[in-house]
Amino acid sequence: MADFLGSRFDQIAFASWQHLSLVVQCLLLATAIAIAVAAVVYRSRPLSSVANTVTAIGLTIPAFALVGLLVAPFGFGVPPALAVVTFFAILPILRNAIVGLTGINQSVVESARGLGMSRSSIFLRVELPLAWPVILGGIRVSAQMVMGIAAIAAYVLGPGLGGFIFSGLSRLGGANSLESVLTGVIGVVVLALLLDLLLVGLGRLTTPRGIRV
Amino acid sequence: MSESAVSRPSTGTISGKSIVLDNVTKQYPGQSSPAVDGVTLEIPAGKIVMLVGPSGCGKTTTLKMINRLIEPTKGRIVLGDEDVTSIGGDELRRRIGYVIQAGGLFPHMTVAANIAIVPKMLGWDKGRIAARVDELLELVSLDPAQYRDRFPKELSGGQQQRVGVARALAADPPVLLMDEPFGAVDPITRQRLQDELLSIQEEVQKTIVIVTHDFDEAVKLGDWIVVFTEGARIVQYDTPERILAEPANAFVENFIGSGAGLKQLTLRRVGEVTLADAVTVHAGEAAASAIEKMERADHNHVVVLDDRERPVQWLSRRQLARLDTLTDVPEDKLPVVGQGATLNDALDTMLVSSAGAALVTGRRDVFLGVITVETVMDAITAARASAAASIGGPVGTNSDAIPTVAPDAPTSAGSSMSQAHDD
Repeated sequence: MADFLGSRFDQIAFASWQHLSLVVQCLLLATAIAIAVAAVVYRSRPLSSVANTVTAIGLTIPAFALVGLLVAPFGFGVPPALAVVTFFAILPILRNAIVGLTGINQSVVESARGLGMSRSSIFLRVELPLAWPVILGGIRVSAQMVMGIAAIAAYVLGPGLGGFIFSGLSRLGGANSLESVLTGVIGVVVLALLLDLLLVGLGRLTTPRGIRV
Repeated sequence: MSESAVSRPSTGTISGKSIVLDNVTKQYPGQSSPAVDGVTLEIPAGKIVMLVGPSGCGKTTTLKMINRLIEPTKGRIVLGDEDVTSIGGDELRRRIGYVIQAGGLFPHMTVAANIAIVPKMLGWDKGRIAARVDELLELVSLDPAQYRDRFPKELSGGQQQRVGVARALAADPPVLLMDEPFGAVDPITRQRLQDELLSIQEEVQKTIVIVTHDFDEAVKLGDWIVVFTEGARIVQYDTPERILAEPANAFVENFIGSGAGLKQLTLRRVGEVTLADAVTVHAGEAAASAIEKMERADHNHVVVLDDRERPVQWLSRRQLARLDTLTDVPEDKLPVVGQGATLNDALDTMLVSSAGAALVTGRRDVFLGVITVETVMDAITAARASAAASIGGPVGTNSDAIPTVAPDAPTSAGSSMSQAHDD
């Protein structure tokens, strides 16, 4: 195992970086999309429940199947990987964003309206900051989940640690095959823990003091 | 209880604007009867008008239509002399302070940031905003240095409510709307906040409209009270004195609840009634000379004062007969009320002391005179009579309603206001 790691250190480091970078970029994109969608639907009860149903169903789609299906429109490489990871990343964030935005004490929103704040400034200056801890919770769940999903992206020749897992599995029993799989799996877990730590730190920095628990 | 609104001296200049609701209706889709049915309501500048009524009567809807948080289906709203029915709702609301139960503060912002919201939207510079925040915190009796940087969760309910009032007053709006502002605080805090609101109002003289379901609060705070029933139909729009003395119908009577007479007592102060004379002597005088004075005045009691004119004893003829010289040892349970006390307090003191009368003191506890049960009765009779005689004032009707004032009352517009100043 040590030999395996030592001889391929640069390759592993590069793949880890690629993996993390794919996940983080997809998370950023997913957060933006999820908040935008939530902003559109949260004021309407029917739309919110449609969005919640869609996220629930979306989460049941096997990631592996979706990756395979997306090869047709996107071809091999980064684009299908990006699409799949972002799609799955959106779901928990959207769900939490809706919960967070609809859970805000209505008297606070009413007093904001009473002060003459416009709809958009109420959203940006009152509702979003108040829902942020809940949204961030969704981002953390999402980050854990898509770390694993990103590994599947290797199936369509996407970047990241998935390559070690797939190449190891395809020649299981052969030299260094187990080491390869373990490197991929452990790498993903370590990255997930690392990212979670970063997100907790981000939460501390971005949660207003008045609503910290 | 605090002083009644009508007897409040006007120290500041009126900065409020009048509000007129002209035939305003709110009909929610899918409901057979309108929530607010053709209300025409005139709210005079610089006064406190209380909207009261049972829950679901449309009083809150009426209030929220003033700043168009709820858009009226029909009708006009005039602020000062400007028709604001069709200007931008957000723009209108920046000119009208709004306070809700428990303040409605933004939990993620500091006290200062909460207060600064409207000034910031209006584009004030930082220095001006900071100065205004401190000024407002002083106004609502919170030490700026101590509270400026706190978050709402670090404040008590009463303090949050005060910050809510400060925030609403931030850009010096002419009108303040309050929706059950003191509903969420304990009774003692509520009383304090009510007293403070009255003293703030003395200073700022805004036009204040307050929704409440607590009739006692309405009597205490209101210059005028609107009593609503279902569909925001105005049953009576009058001064607290007149509503207590002459409820328009059984509905208002029920709403006032028991003890209308006692509630009236809270509207008048001891200093406002004519006190009875008393024979006064000073400590150190001989009892015999006190008896002589008492007989000359044909009284049965003398009040003994100390060297600073403060009452120490209240002696009957029989007690005097047993004394040689008068001392300044204070008598136990001497029934004393200050001239700022309400007649209610005075009556209470009399009942407790079982004397049927109480000594009234003024500044520095100097003796002023005696108030008796008869004085209180006379004051009530006079108040009822003057309340009945005074009629007129702002308009408040529904489009298809019969006039809401008592039919037997003479009409002389403004006399209720002049009555307000002669006490």
